[in-house]
Amino acid sequence: MSMKVSNRQVDGVSIVDMSGRITLGEGSVVLRDTIRDMVGKGNKKILLNLGDVTYIDSSGIGELVSAFTAVRREGGELKLLNLTKKVHDLLQITKLYTVFDIKDDEASAIKSFSK
Amino acid sequence: MTNRVSYTLESTLDSVNQVEQKATEVAARAGLGEDAQFQVAMAVREAAVNAVLHGNAYDPSKRFMVAYETTVEALVITITDQGKGINPESIPDPLSPENLMKGSGRGIFLIRSFMDEVKIQNKNPGTEITLIKHTGRNAADAKEEEAQ
Repeated sequence: MSMKVSNRQVDGVSIVDMSGRITLGEGSVVLRDTIRDMVGKGNKKILLNLGDVTYIDSSGIGELVSAFTAVRREGGELKLLNLTKKVHDLLQITKLYTVFDIKDDEASAIKSFSK
Repeated sequence: MTNRVSYTLESTLDSVNQVEQKATEVAARAGLGEDAQFQVAMAVREAAVNAVLHGNAYDPSKRFMVAYETTVEALVITITDQGKGINPESIPDPLSPENLMKGSGRGIFLIRSFMDEVKIQNKNPGTEITLIKHTGRNAADAKEEEAQ
């Protein structure tokens, strides 16, 4: 299954609901384009909801890192929400778990962004 | 008892998906649990991506070969490309502070994390990577299972 993305705005935070696979090719490109588009439109508080992401490969992990640094470079914040066990484990193995701000509750994640 | 199948594939992402799917099937048939099946499939996917992207560089005239070999004790998968070949010593550590925030370079690290043994050989030209996952069984177990 390829990746699907939809966006919504809640209290000034752009929430990106992602589902499917973030892998080399389509999934990674969709993620990159989505983040680039959001940052280009001035959205600097981005919450990536990965609850329905079933699979991520090293390319997808790299794309998450690139998204994080791209948003931070523009003075914004990118956080991750609802990691599945597999994605959680992969971020731990790659020592990225402590790099990202990871949340498991949407309401408190939204509140955690700086005003 | 040894079972071996091999494939020659085009340097495309479709081939990578096929190879990953086959790895899951072979791992399941070898008796590996769900987590180990996922690990094998991911390691094989990463190795196939390296063959297609870094080795053959999507060159339509180049192929990559995948062999799945199941013995009683292990699943052995060998992936060979027709690229320039890599020096295994030159692969950077993605966990080091200067590489941690890079957007690439984690494939081989994940392969090594998920497999029990990994051998990378520069074939001049081409790279051959051998991935081994132990099944946790031995010849006595196999005999016992056959007898049942």
